[in-house]
Amino acid sequence: MSKVLRGHAHVYGDNIDTDRIIPGKYTKTLDAQSLAEHVLEDLDPEFRSRMRPGDFVVAGNNFGCGSSREQAPLALQTAGVSAVIARYFARIFFRNAINIGLPVLEIPEHDIAQGDELEADLADGKVYNHTTGKVYQAKPLPEVMLRILQAGGLVNYLREHKTF
Amino acid sequence: MRGMTTVEKILFQKTGQRVRPGDIVIAPVDGLMATDTTAPGAIRAFEKMGGRHVWAPERCAFVIDHAAPAPNERIANLHRFMREFARQQGIRLFEIGEGICHQVMVEQGYVRPGYLFTGADSHTPTYGALNAFACGVGSTDLAAVMLTGKIWLKTPATLRIRCHGQLRPEASAKDLILYLTGKVGISGATYMSVEFEGEAFETMSLASRLCVANMTAEMGAKTGFVHPRGLKLPYFFEPIEPDPDAEYVQTIEVDIGELPPQVAAPESPDNVYPIDRYIGTPVHYGFIGTCGNGRLEDLQVAARILRGKRLPKGVRLVVAPASRSVLLDAMLDGTAHALVEAGATLITPGCGPCVGSHEGVPADGETVISAANRNFRGRMGNPRAQIFLASPATVAASVLAGHITLPPPGDQ
Repeated sequence: MSKVLRGHAHVYGDNIDTDRIIPGKYTKTLDAQSLAEHVLEDLDPEFRSRMRPGDFVVAGNNFGCGSSREQAPLALQTAGVSAVIARYFARIFFRNAINIGLPVLEIPEHDIAQGDELEADLADGKVYNHTTGKVYQAKPLPEVMLRILQAGGLVNYLREHKTF
Repeated sequence: MRGMTTVEKILFQKTGQRVRPGDIVIAPVDGLMATDTTAPGAIRAFEKMGGRHVWAPERCAFVIDHAAPAPNERIANLHRFMREFARQQGIRLFEIGEGICHQVMVEQGYVRPGYLFTGADSHTPTYGALNAFACGVGSTDLAAVMLTGKIWLKTPATLRIRCHGQLRPEASAKDLILYLTGKVGISGATYMSVEFEGEAFETMSLASRLCVANMTAEMGAKTGFVHPRGLKLPYFFEPIEPDPDAEYVQTIEVDIGELPPQVAAPESPDNVYPIDRYIGTPVHYGFIGTCGNGRLEDLQVAARILRGKRLPKGVRLVVAPASRSVLLDAMLDGTAHALVEAGATLITPGCGPCVGSHEGVPADGETVISAANRNFRGRMGNPRAQIFLASPATVAASVLAGHITLPPPGDQ
């Protein structure tokens, strides 16, 4: 997993629920590409055409609330999102994202705006906003999550370690 | 040493560690469950992890409930994938029509008081009605439990909600939990365990307790417990009570004696108001069912309101019993007959239209009054429809009137 991520910000508000990330009618599949085709479609119909691989999804409070569907972070990851930044996350989404190797950065206070050019260093949790010159510090992950993320996700971690 | 909350007590029993909020533990689980939304991904992840045999097949269950019977060939093939894996591994698979995972797990005794249980479905905290520490996980987390029998958890802080007084006859457990969800908010209990206590819970049926614990998911909670005082189960169990000197992150005291029926307005389950604000809002479609309110007492209260009446033209009602057992009981006591005679459409026991996969997607511009637990935009499959959440009594009364209205006075 690359340690430094670069891309533009796509900014949304608070309480973005998993039905808005990927509606339930699309979730019954093992084809991640078909999830990516519908990611955020009700919330932001332009997202798919506007975003470039490596871009960030940036949100306010409680990103990913609602369902336990891992299809939500998977849809974002497959669409090319490099990481999600939020003030804080709903707990199942947070776990799911780490488990599939999608970095999630919890920054309790930020004023990142639509289109800002961001750089995130996963090694120290610093996020640089090259548009405004501001630097943010993400909250550190618990040790166990860090190990899972460094392995590229829980599948890789358990293939290597066999148990926790 | 300070006392323990319910969740701390269960983690102590499982790991031998006295944990505090924030402590990370690796704990052995007592059981796991996945549905047709999450099991296929879990199977795939399990195989990629190098898994050959699940850790304890007799403690694992798969339930086909979210899109059952299969509405298209893609989902039919996912169901087949689940069936084949379950057969190879010796895992019990609950077929289409057997019911919603959270009802089946309780009826079949897969979850019991004191268990640490993981379910690949966000409404897994429902089992807190039984005093189980049950939390929802995604597919890959579940695959890890299938492989190792363990899960890593951050010990949650506990939010205590103390209710004073008894509910009025026209207010149900659903009205109470809607009200409390509005009060705590959609993220008010994020990462937390919620404990409910108070005299109103002591006389509550198991079905009502399940309805209460169910919506802790809508507060962002990791798990939730209804105090076991008064809990009746068809087998012997040791109730797990929090210690009197347990530490809580917060205690919310609520007087519920005058609580009127509640509705959650679009587009969030915490957008809750007393029903008065929306009385008269036209409805096109009512839904009674789900892991929140698809149990026998829910169907019975609707039948009492609808018996001998007819739904008005232009209004439909879909009823999905929570399990085959609920359906059989409703057939035996005349509940199902009364509902169907009044014009309700009785569908397969399972999740029904709640997740927008099948069996009753609303049209553009329609208003749904639903006894489910989520009303996010697009939840039922159409982002151009709006969903109000309410008790089964309010749903039945509202479809009969053609607009949102108070349920008739009486025993709800």
